Order: sequence, then C-alpha cells, then structure tokens
Amino acid sequence: MHHLLPLLVALPLLGAALLVAGGRRLPRRAAETIGCTVSGATAALAITLLLNSSPPLVEWAGGWVPVNGESVGIMLIGDGPALGMAALASLLTSAALAYSWRYFDEPPRRHAGSFPALMLVFQAGMCGFAIAGDLFNAFVFFELMSVVAYALTGYRIDEAKAVQGALTFAIVTSLGAYALLMGIALLYARTGELAMAQIGRGLDRTAVHGGPDALVLASFVLVLTGLLVKAAAVPFHFWLPDAHAVAPTPVCMVLSGVMVELGTYGVWRVYGTVFAGPGGIPPADLRRVLVVLGVLTAVVGAVMCWYQRHIKRLLAYSTVAHTGLFLIGIGVLTPEADDGIALYLIAHAGVKAALFACAGILLDRYGSVDELALFGKARQLRTVAALWGVGALGLAGLPPFGTALGKAVTEEAVGGALALVYVAASAVTGGAVLRVGARVFLGLGPRPKSDGEYETTGAGERPETRRRLSRVPDTMTAVPALLLAGALAVGTVPGFGGLVADAVNEAGSGGVVVTSVHWTVPGVLLGLASALLAVGLTAVAVTRPALLAAPDRALPLRRLQSGHIGDYVAWLLVGTTLLGVLALPGVLGA
Amino acid sequence: MSRRTRLWLVAVSGTGLAALLVAACLELPPFGGSSHPYGERAVRAALARHTANTIASVNFDQRAYDTLGEMSILFAAVLGCVVLLRQARDEHRARPEPAEVDLPVRRYALIVLPVAVVGGLYVIAHGQLSPGGGFQGGVVAATALHLLYLGADYRALERVRPVGLFEVADSLAVSAYLVLGLAGVLAGTAFLANTLLPYGTFNTLSSGGNVPLLNAAIGMEVACAVVVLLARFLDQAVEIEQGNGKDDKDDKDDKESEKENGKENGA
Amino acid sequence: MTAVPHVLPYLVAVWVFLVGCYGLATSRNLIHAVGCLAVCQSATYVLLLAVGYRDGATAPVFSDIEPGSRPLVDPVVQALALTDVVVGATVTALLLALVLQVSKRHGTVDPDELSELRG
Repeated sequence: MHHLLPLLVALPLLGAALLVAGGRRLPRRAAETIGCTVSGATAALAITLLLNSSPPLVEWAGGWVPVNGESVGIMLIGDGPALGMAALASLLTSAALAYSWRYFDEPPRRHAGSFPALMLVFQAGMCGFAIAGDLFNAFVFFELMSVVAYALTGYRIDEAKAVQGALTFAIVTSLGAYALLMGIALLYARTGELAMAQIGRGLDRTAVHGGPDALVLASFVLVLTGLLVKAAAVPFHFWLPDAHAVAPTPVCMVLSGVMVELGTYGVWRVYGTVFAGPGGIPPADLRRVLVVLGVLTAVVGAVMCWYQRHIKRLLAYSTVAHTGLFLIGIGVLTPEADDGIALYLIAHAGVKAALFACAGILLDRYGSVDELALFGKARQLRTVAALWGVGALGLAGLPPFGTALGKAVTEEAVGGALALVYVAASAVTGGAVLRVGARVFLGLGPRPKSDGEYETTGAGERPETRRRLSRVPDTMTAVPALLLAGALAVGTVPGFGGLVADAVNEAGSGGVVVTSVHWTVPGVLLGLASALLAVGLTAVAVTRPALLAAPDRALPLRRLQSGHIGDYVAWLLVGTTLLGVLALPGVLGA
Repeated sequence: MSRRTRLWLVAVSGTGLAALLVAACLELPPFGGSSHPYGERAVRAALARHTANTIASVNFDQRAYDTLGEMSILFAAVLGCVVLLRQARDEHRARPEPAEVDLPVRRYALIVLPVAVVGGLYVIAHGQLSPGGGFQGGVVAATALHLLYLGADYRALERVRPVGLFEVADSLAVSAYLVLGLAGVLAGTAFLANTLLPYGTFNTLSSGGNVPLLNAAIGMEVACAVVVLLARFLDQAVEIEQGNGKDDKDDKDDKESEKENGKENGA
Repeated sequence: MTAVPHVLPYLVAVWVFLVGCYGLATSRNLIHAVGCLAVCQSATYVLLLAVGYRDGATAPVFSDIEPGSRPLVDPVVQALALTDVVVGATVTALLLALVLQVSKRHGTVDPDELSELRG
C-alpha cells in the first residue's frame, strides 16, 4: 500500500499535464470533466490510504530504504494527519471544481483546460506538502502550492484589486519560504540530514550541554516564520485578507479551507518530529510562542472580521481568527487538544468553503460582495440564505456541528482563560457572518451607513461567471449544502471523532496515549454559549448599528492593514524577531 | 504606516534578527569542515549506480522526487504566466513592425544561434557525466532560439517557435517524467525507483539507468517552458496593446472571440 | 580573530538576506521589490553552498577524476541550490507577470500609490 503514497502527487500532476497537452483541442466541458474526475480519483485514493494508515505508512521515494538507519532518499509519511490533510485538500479541490462547473469565468482563449489544470497542480502541491517527511521536500511542495496559489489568486487579471492582492501574497509568502529554506540550510549544517526525523535525532545527538543553542533557536525561528506566513498568524497575516478577498471564489474555498490550515499542520509536524527532542526547543517555550501568537491572531482576526463590509474579506479575517484558535490548540501540546484541533480543522474547512461558495453566488448574481450595497437585495435567494445562516452558526460553533465538537474538546484541553478566547473568537466571527446574512438576505434593521474611508468596499466587482446569473445553477448551491452536511457529519456521525483521535494520537505519541472524544455537557454549553453570543451580537448590530460600530477604537488596528508591501515585509521581520524573543528563555536556560 | 515608522520597525526587528542569525552562524561548523555525512553517502550511492556526476544522481535518482516537485513548479509557473499574461478584455493585438537590425548584430546572432542550440543540447545529453544537465542545457537551448529575435525580427522568431506546440511538448515532458516514475510503482519497487534499467558502463552516455531518461525529460520540459514563458512576456512587450482596438492579426480564433466580446459589451 | 574566516561566508549570507529584506521594506518600485526578493533568495544559495564547502575539495563529478582520489564538496547542497535556483527563477517570472498587470490596471508600480486594499 505504501508504494501508492507518491501517487497522491503524481496523479493530479498527470491530469494537469494531459489537460495542458490537450489544451487547444479540448472543449471546455471535456476539460472540466477531466479535472473533476482526476481530482475525485485522487481524493478516493487519499481516503483509501487513510483507511489503511494504521500502522502509519512510510515510503522512501525511489526505493531508497534506509540501510543502518541512513538513507539518501526522500521519506514520505502516510500517517493519519498527513493523509487526512491530503484527503481534505483533495475533497475541497473536487468541491471547488464542481462548484465552478461550466459557470466560472471564461477560460483564457484557446486554453480551456488551464483553470482545472492549475487546480490539479494546486491539489498535487497540497498533497505533497501534507505527506512530506523530508524538510527540503516539504519546502519544494510548499513552493509548488504557493506558486499555483499566486497564479490562481491573480486569475482575474481585469480586476485591479486581484492583481494587487496576488502580488502582495506572492511577495510575502515567497519571503517566508526563503526564510524557511535558510532554516533548513542551518539544520542541514548542524545535522547533515534532511529527513525530519533524522534531523530531530541529529539535534538531540549534537546538543551541547544537553540543550538547544543559538543555532537551533535560529533555525526554529526561520522555519516557523515560513510556516506561520502560510498559516497567516499575526503579524504574518496581512497578505491573507488582501489575497482571499480578491481570488476567484472556487480558489478562495480551497485557500481558506485548507491551504492556510496546512501551515498550521506544518508547524505541528515540524515541531513534533524535528524540535520536540531534548536538543530542540523545550515544550514550555513552544507553548509560549504558539499561545501568545495564537491569542494575538484570534483577537486581531475576530476584531478585524467584525469591521469588514467586503463579505469575502470578512470571511478571510474569520479564517485568520480561526488560525489563531488552531495555533493555541497545537501550542498547548496535549494529545486531547490535538484531537480537538483535528476535528475543528476538518469541520471548519467545510463551513468556511460553504460560506465562500455562498458569497460567490452573491457576487455572480448581483455583481457585488458589499454588505452595505447588497442590503436587502438577496431576499429571493431563500436556499442560499438558509445555507448562509447554517454556515454562520456552524462557524460560531453551534452543537452538533463538527466545529462545536472540535472546539469543545480543545476548550476542555486548554482550560481556563484560553477557553474564553475560543468562545469569544468564534462568537464574534460567527456573529459577523450572521449579521451579513441578516442584512443581505433578510434586509433587517435600518439601512447601514458607511463608517469611514479607511476600508475596502466590495461594490463594483465583476461577476466571475460569463454574465450575471439570473438563476443560481444547481451545482453552485449543491456544493455548499454538501460541505455543510460534511461539517455536520463530523460532529454527529458516531465514532468519527474517535477515529480521528486515534489517527492523530498514533502519529503524535505513537499510540501510547488513548483519548476519547465525545460530547460533554460543558462542551455543549460552551458551544451553545458562543452560538447565542453570536446571535446576540447580530441582533444588537442589526437593530442598533451605532452601539457596536465604534470604528474609531478599531481604526489604529485597521490602519495597519495598509495594503502596502513594504509594511507587510516590516511586520514579517517584527514577527520573526518576536518568535526569537518568545523562544529565547529556553536557549538561555540551557 | 508612514515611511519613517516603517524604517524604525525594520531597523529594530532587523537588528534583532541579525543578532540571532549571527549568533547562529558562530555555532555553525567551521567553514570548509570535513563532516558531510549525507554528501558522502550520496557520492557512494552515485558510484554504485554508475553515475559520474553525483549531482545528477542526487537530482534524478536519489532525490528525484524533489526534482518532480521542482519541475511541477516550473510547469505551474508557465501555466500561471499563460493565464496571467493573457489578453485582457480591454486589450487588442497589434501586428508588430519589423525593426532594422544592424548588420554586425545580425551576423553575430545568426552565427551564434546554431552553436548555442547545439551547446544546450550537448549540456543536456551529458548531464549524467559532466556538470550541467537538463535544467542548465534546457535554458541555454531555449534562450538560444531567441537570438533570432535579436538578429532578425519578431516574425522570424514566431515562425520557428510555434508556442502552442511548445506548450504541448512541455506537458508531454512532464508526463514522461511522471510515467517513468510510475513505471517503478507498476514494477512493484517504488515511485521513481532507478532499478528497471541496467546501470551501464561508468562514464558513458548510457550509464546511470533511469538518470539519462529523466534528465532528458527535464531538459525538454525546461527548454519548452522557458520558450513559452519568454513568448508570453514578448507578447506583452510587442503585440498586446491597451484599448479596445480591432485586431490586426489574421487569426480566425482571435476574430471570433473578438466578435463574442463585442456582443457582450453591447449587451 | 582566527574564527572570522570560518564564519565569514555564513555572515555574508546573513548580510545578503537582511539587505534584501531592507530593500523590500523600503522599495518604491515593485520591479525593484521583485529584485530585492531575488536578493533574499541569493542568501539561501550562499548559505547552502557555504555549508557544503570543504577545504581543498573539488567538484563531485567523476568524468575526469578517479573516485576516492580527492576530497569532494557536498553534492547534496549543490542539488538543493539547483532546485532553489529553478524555484527562484519561476517565482520571479510569475511576480514580474503580476507586476506587469499591476502596472496596467493601476497605472503605477509604486507601492505607495496602491491603495485599493486596506482596512
């Protein structure tokens, strides 16, 4: 079975190559059919492998199986989390391709296959990153998914915002990637290895006085910089709203649903295999780094989410907020929290992709994604309204959604004040989404007024379909409905949570720790609390807009999101230094 | 953020990062040291498989899977550039005017062109033996073609460079690499395993098993990819102009599509 | 001061990286910014190759030397640097394509004048 692991990369790439080779002759329908089929087949393969991943699969590309523990080849990991992420990425790519089925923007002349081909390469990149067990190989696939993501983000070249967002995204992420590579070079210099597990062992072996030194710290900081830029943690997050607000909707579904989360997954993987040993970064320091950044990210993301009127941008900020929650969860380094985050991440992917899909319907129907401009306009879209409302409540963590289950498990694991961050961040982001729904689909409350010039409006956007939709095609509503059903299933299908927990624990602790994942009374209450809070916030925002719209207090924060590449690079440097400072005590103490 | 604030931020955080990195450098093994465990293993593995150029062995045998990713990045970038540098809705194509080329430039270009193309192909073919290989040779061969643009004119280049064909060849080269990799899986060994072909005599063109084949696939991919990339940028520089003018180009597809655009704009 | 030659190449890499970052942060022209990003990437080449260097060693290519007759520099970092170069070239191409479209849509390549996305 393990020989099939590289096919997760090879299959979509082959599909993409065939699509391009057939490019000029292929009619659009055929190109899209091939795209969907190949993407779906890869998803099926990922799921098959996932079901067979206990004990975890390991594959050495090229058949370079280690001799005496040493190999010159590249290791691929096929454990639960790796294959789970690959399966999630594949499923979302398939969903996005199905969503864009025949209705998406005109393909470039004589290149009908280029959009599905790019999506397939994107899928290959994400799968490759998920199953990489070699640090340099992870960098290569990190770059592959980034490069495709830049091109896909800038896909609508007629839009001024789209090309600017894509450029910002490209420059900031590339800089992060080079930092990652610097870190890899430092680790290679110290240990002479590239496979993650071997580097980890090498660090433990060469540790002076049994602890980390400046070299380990620097490589940790550089590697984390790259991954956190991808994960969009504050202060590395500035590119995300700019890029996700302007990317075509099907692309947003994948970007926000899984690519960003792959950064978080990368942090989990790299810490666990490379830096967790005695020669790496002590757990207390990692906890400090991730919890501080996570809380910061959750708060900034939630506050900024609340003040957006550009609907896709609002959803993008909610992704930032959730990234913060994920980082806190993996930062506390308990098996229970890891399980919770895994569930949360899966369900969040479904909910977030569904919400983006609904936003895309608004864009294609009304030529706008602006909350104020669309006030009361979408009254006749009943189905979409229902999907939007369900999605918003799912985002807020209403039981029995998978988001709520994952959140509840994590809240119990992190405990205390951190649990409040979870409740608050999910309530605010869910509330913001619900507020948009109440205004756009129901036209509730007084007509809102614009609250200042320092904002990005979503008006005057061009629909992504060939012309404005007069009726919403079935695929465009079926896809979000299915995604939401998936998110619901994560929380309700009995045994699913236990399966995920077992897979995560087997990879994390080698199966030593056995946790049980199930609904608990406090968990359900906390979930209900955040959902109620979200509804309450919405009610206040809709009926008394003046009460919560205090733009002046959030203005300094909003001014930071300046759209200026230089600013973002400066913040990236600040973030890198911050990482170093936060992790410094462990090195000084060693 | 004002320029001044940004500069302060960069200065402070840059100093912090610099301090960290310098401290790390002081802990690195001394420059020129002799401990390279992976490197030594790689040399042994390359010799065992009769590949004279160890770097080619690392690229196309030991870490061929990395090269697959690398090739896909190039492939994706080409596809991305095709998409990003397409003709926008408010643009049209203009037929470029032939330009006068000075005689010495023309002579130089036409003499060097065949030499450079052959040089590129040589570098590709000898990738497993001497420094170079598919990546380097591919770039040389592809850029060599563009001497025609310098020496003659754009239309002469277009005649020897049917972009569509190069796009197809590019993706076929990618497929070839993948199929060679999949052959290993089908044979029951592993993806990209170099165990199907005999390793041949050391230091000859056919040595190294799979290496020359993968190297050739990469050479073709890179050459085609660079041609297509440059073609897209040249298109932007020479042909595509802003404004909704009429296409001068005698291209059926273009005209049809233009008509469609017109209809839509009118609607 | 005897330690200086042993770390100098590494320090060069650090310097190049930081200079690139400074250029990116203060750039007034997007094409210049793309160049600065390439500078940052050059730092990774320098670091990789410096890490793989060995005193008195030659290239790990056996077309004209006898295996085992001379010490060799690390071939792995060279392969990594090659990958890195390809990645850099393609990213630069894509970035330039995007800059080209930015200049068409916004009529400027000065990041100070791009103000569509904020808040």
